[in-house]
Amino acid sequence: MGRLNSPQELEKYRAEVLSKRDPNQPLITVCGGTGCHASGCHAVVDAFKKVIQEKAKEDGVGLRVTGCHGFCERGPLVVIHPKKVMYQRVKPEDVPAIFEETVLNGKIIETLLYDHPVTGEKLATEEDVPFYKKQMRIIFGNNGSIDPTRIEDYVAVGGYRALSKALAMKPEQIIGEVKKANLRGRGGGGFPAGLKWEQCRNAPGKTRYIVCNADEGDPGAYMDRSLLEGNPHSVLEGMIIGAFAIGSNEGYVYVRNEYPLAVENIGIAIRQAGEMGLLGKNILGSGFDLEIKVSRGGGAFVCGESTALMASIEGNVGEPRAKHIHTVISGLWDCPTNLNNVETWANVPLIIDRGADWYGRIGTEGSKGTKIFSLVGKVNNTGLVEVPMGISLREIVYDIGGGIPEGKKFKAVQTGGPSGGCIPESLIDLPVDFDRLTEVGSMMGSGGMIVMDENTCMVDVAKYFMNFLKDESCGKCTSCREGTKRMHEILTDITEGRGTTDHLDLLEELGWVTREASLCGLGTTASNPVLSTIRYFRDEYKEHIINKKCPAKVCRALLTYRIVSEACTRCGRCAKTCSVEAISGKAKTKKDQGIPFKIDEEKCIRCGMCFEACKFKAIDVQ
Amino acid sequence: MESSQIESILERYGRKESAILAILQDVQAREKYLPKEALEYIGEKLHIPINKIYRIATFYRAFSLTPRGRHEVCVCMGTACHVRGAQRVVDQVNLELGIRPGETTKDKNFTLETVNCLGVCAAGPVVAIDGNYFGKMSPGKVEGTLKKFRSDKKKEGANGKA
Repeated sequence: MGRLNSPQELEKYRAEVLSKRDPNQPLITVCGGTGCHASGCHAVVDAFKKVIQEKAKEDGVGLRVTGCHGFCERGPLVVIHPKKVMYQRVKPEDVPAIFEETVLNGKIIETLLYDHPVTGEKLATEEDVPFYKKQMRIIFGNNGSIDPTRIEDYVAVGGYRALSKALAMKPEQIIGEVKKANLRGRGGGGFPAGLKWEQCRNAPGKTRYIVCNADEGDPGAYMDRSLLEGNPHSVLEGMIIGAFAIGSNEGYVYVRNEYPLAVENIGIAIRQAGEMGLLGKNILGSGFDLEIKVSRGGGAFVCGESTALMASIEGNVGEPRAKHIHTVISGLWDCPTNLNNVETWANVPLIIDRGADWYGRIGTEGSKGTKIFSLVGKVNNTGLVEVPMGISLREIVYDIGGGIPEGKKFKAVQTGGPSGGCIPESLIDLPVDFDRLTEVGSMMGSGGMIVMDENTCMVDVAKYFMNFLKDESCGKCTSCREGTKRMHEILTDITEGRGTTDHLDLLEELGWVTREASLCGLGTTASNPVLSTIRYFRDEYKEHIINKKCPAKVCRALLTYRIVSEACTRCGRCAKTCSVEAISGKAKTKKDQGIPFKIDEEKCIRCGMCFEACKFKAIDVQ
Repeated sequence: MESSQIESILERYGRKESAILAILQDVQAREKYLPKEALEYIGEKLHIPINKIYRIATFYRAFSLTPRGRHEVCVCMGTACHVRGAQRVVDQVNLELGIRPGETTKDKNFTLETVNCLGVCAAGPVVAIDGNYFGKMSPGKVEGTLKKFRSDKKKEGANGKA
């Protein structure tokens, strides 16, 4: 396909692509996201290729490897069109049967369907599955139907239509529409995107830059990666519209190098868009030019902060600076720079295409649209979920997430990444939007949502985040560099039985200083995990400090392992797995009754291997 | 690393000083670490003071200044993996190989690393060895998983119990 020189040529091309596609023809889509990749989707794809080559008599059967469908727990996922039959946990051995039965004869293989966890009913399509039912997948939904490496797939679902529309508008009109839609930054801050665009457009200077922040560093969050991997053109289209509105001719996508597939796919998308005249000089014949480059991150969490990220693009160490002068006035190479997160950019085409009025009907008063969360941790349906703002935590955890595994008790949800906080069970009916999460001491962040159950120790969680933050603090501000370190030390003391009652006050004071005296978002929010867990789980802290016990049985130093002699069958498995020879006794044989096993507390390193090895629940942990 | 190889990397980025991060990433990807001679060469050619290069090389997690083992064992320490017991998995790897995160075994076979999140939370706790994912890990599965990558003839655990 050659260059498209006008919006009319784009429409002609779209009609051409669609005319070649028969929606009634069989099409096999296999999820190729990283989650499914880890569960072996590539072998499934190869098996399909083989069987299609051998058995398909004509070219009637299509095979498409798509981006992430979101339901990572059940991967590899395969959807057979046109009936949209969804098969889960597909193995290469299943492929010949799927092809024979479902693709050729339209029959459903019941054993590969998802069964309802409560009713046991077999559910045939994505729409039937409760995980998808309550979602509103306006940003993420196309991931499952397009091959991210083929621009025609994106064009076929209406891609770049919003760009045509935007190029016919005045830049101020576009900004007005984004402002009216009240699109707020999805990277965590929630700053109104339209306002930022306006400030950047009006800033003095000739050269302006736009940046897409894809340095998704929050552990447990991977929605930005999945968008870049699965639907890179939607992000690009948003950036092109934004650049046109702002008056920028140069942009950057700053993406984590730990996401190789995302780096590759956004690179392919940029090249394809350039070849078709959707990027580069004279976009769609409008006279507007835009170059977009990919910049790979170096694995520093702080580079997700806008000024640090810009320093990194310039080839410097990623240290944030004070923002007395905002980056919209002076950012990259001291020029006005507009930075938005991946998901924010991906919202733009939708707002322009369908209008701010339509968009404004989704969500709550202060937070419009949808948000993609990565729902992970102690939850049955791990995966990416896109929900309208304002949905309750309960609906996300129980209706979409399917509740807690093994019937355990829900304890808390951690939102907002390392800078966020833990929300306890008493607040589970909280509507999720920017402002409500901040009110309860957490934040939206980029959208990680980590579910915790009764076996999660909140002091340990606080220690975990503090360990993360002390490593990732760039060291520029003393309050952050020393504050995170001291808080981590105190939390370590508490989890190892050296806690004192003064520690809680000290933690709160340190948390306050770190928040008040640090420059960037990392430092100002670093104490959230500690302060929110003290606020909601003070009793658990006290249990560690006063009684030297960890109720969730996580903090090693406070545990004792003991063998319950009544339950012990003297099989000897525990002694075999013990790497420090702390378990003594003699295994039972036909001739010999053996000697009951016991653990030498002095030698025991509390690794828990014996607990895992024992099949008779004879190891007691206190 | 040959100077011609470094030259081709420099050319790829138009010998621009601002591309230093990308240049170092390409050297790291090729050599699995940043050799001192390569850093000195780059500094000289791009007129960047060596202390600035070292500052960058030590600031970003992606870089290593020491040679790496043949196999990289990367234990995910993301929050989702953490609440499912990733710390116990790292401790077990430590016990098996006798190295802590960031270290390499004496026989240069393994390097142990922890990573903040691999984004495969559904399979957590996750260990990636040379880019291959091993999901739903537990301390008990560590020995068997490492076995396939061992170079010593014994192919058994450090504690002598295979």
